[in-house]
Amino acid sequence: MTSLSHKDLLGVEQLSVDDINLILDTAEALREVSARPVKKVPTLRGKTVINLFFEPSTRTRSSFELAEKRLSADILNFSASTSSVSKGETLLDTAHNLESMSPDIIVIRHESAGAPHLLGRECRSSVVNAGDGMHEHPTQALLDALTVRTVKKRLEGLKLAIIGDISHSRVARSDTILFHKMGADVWVCGPPTLIPWEFDKLGATITGRMEEAIEGADVIMMLRLQHERQNEAFIPSTREYYNFYGLTRERMRLANKDTIVMHPGPMNRGVEIDSDVADAEYSVILNQVANGVATRMAVLYLLSGNAGLKLRRSSR
Amino acid sequence: MQRLFPYDIIAPHLTAQREIQMKKMKGKLLMTAAEIDLVLARISAEIVEKLGPRNEFAIIGIRRRGVPLGERLCKKIEAILKRPIPFGILDITLYRDDLTAISNRPMLRETLIDFDINNLSLVLVDDVLYTGRTIRAALDGIVDLGRPRRVQLAVLIDRGSRELPIQADYVGKQVQVAEDETVEVRLTEEDQEERVLLLKKPPPSQSVEENY
Repeated sequence: MTSLSHKDLLGVEQLSVDDINLILDTAEALREVSARPVKKVPTLRGKTVINLFFEPSTRTRSSFELAEKRLSADILNFSASTSSVSKGETLLDTAHNLESMSPDIIVIRHESAGAPHLLGRECRSSVVNAGDGMHEHPTQALLDALTVRTVKKRLEGLKLAIIGDISHSRVARSDTILFHKMGADVWVCGPPTLIPWEFDKLGATITGRMEEAIEGADVIMMLRLQHERQNEAFIPSTREYYNFYGLTRERMRLANKDTIVMHPGPMNRGVEIDSDVADAEYSVILNQVANGVATRMAVLYLLSGNAGLKLRRSSR
Repeated sequence: MQRLFPYDIIAPHLTAQREIQMKKMKGKLLMTAAEIDLVLARISAEIVEKLGPRNEFAIIGIRRRGVPLGERLCKKIEAILKRPIPFGILDITLYRDDLTAISNRPMLRETLIDFDINNLSLVLVDDVLYTGRTIRAALDGIVDLGRPRRVQLAVLIDRGSRELPIQADYVGKQVQVAEDETVEVRLTEEDQEERVLLLKKPPPSQSVEENY
């Protein structure tokens, strides 16, 4: 019998190495479900999951939805544009209203860092962070780790280079914390205007030169320029950005022979990554998407047993 | 009190081995390594007799201890029939009927059945048949993967006390076991030793897992 040590999945930060390994092992076992002719198991039958998305999302949202459906959970979808949030309701009121419908798990994406944490404190249901502002995106980091572990058979001792807009990226933050925890050598690289210098406190080595980051790297993770979270003042032009930080075939020569390339999506071809790199045999970008469903199934499966824990605790 | 086992007649040397092993541990010895092997040989012969020549069939081991048992049966049957028999591994965790009742999640492992089970005869293999709930879950798991022609069940130990209308087609050994006792099958592949023991049940906190 195994269990996560938390009621909620709020970030990678709270997870222990054992927790992470448990989630990855479980996800590995669940991958097989998506390969069946009938892609459904009855495990979460009768459990209710609410997807609360305050930010636009296609990939993460459909990945969560698919994971929930494949585990036979009942799903309720809320998005900011169609819900009473646009009518002026506070997050807390929304949470309490949802809580009265007694869901088992709430999946939340919010533009403010810490929104899932507030929900986790206020709700008896398990809360899963599907991205909060520029803070964390734990399921993405977990699926990245699963993708790397599947190809490389380990995480310890690997050199991971995360390249691009580090400042605005919750993926970069979660990935850095997770891979550092698992014993990998994490490098972050990007224009100085887009790197918070506190990243060394998370365990990463910081560099402004892409060649330095790529040299000897086992895994290269490219990040998108997040235009929606910034004005153009951070970089002179996307063309210059491409010249300095775009992943091209020439730059790939600096990496190890068996290096893999990842991208959390959506990609901007010709800005941070060249088309022929994105489609090359060493690119595992589409494996990431497939692993996303399995990882989220694993998280839901493991958390669905924990909801009762808090219930007993909070009824004092 | 010395009980007489049928093996005393077939293989008298096993009796001596049993006595040596009995002294080594606290629980009651139900089967020795040699007896396990003998019983598996008999079951594989029975499977061949019932399914062998006419049917396309496969062996499915139920995690965990059904897997090494199934593998051994598979090898023995292959030796008799001189053709390869497909072997698959089934994890029933996702189909358990107590998932909502227990707060801890049982460890999940992969189901590995890489052949088409449609129109195939299947023999499920498990170590101990008790409440029948594992087999109920296994049947649900199998149905999700396809529509086999028939499903049969082989177990090493049948300890009685069924809670569902499920019976085995091939039984290694039938044992009457009290509710506060537990049958432990220990196999070289999983436990680094080989024997079947009858033990007093551990404290009730672990009994949810035990029932499966």
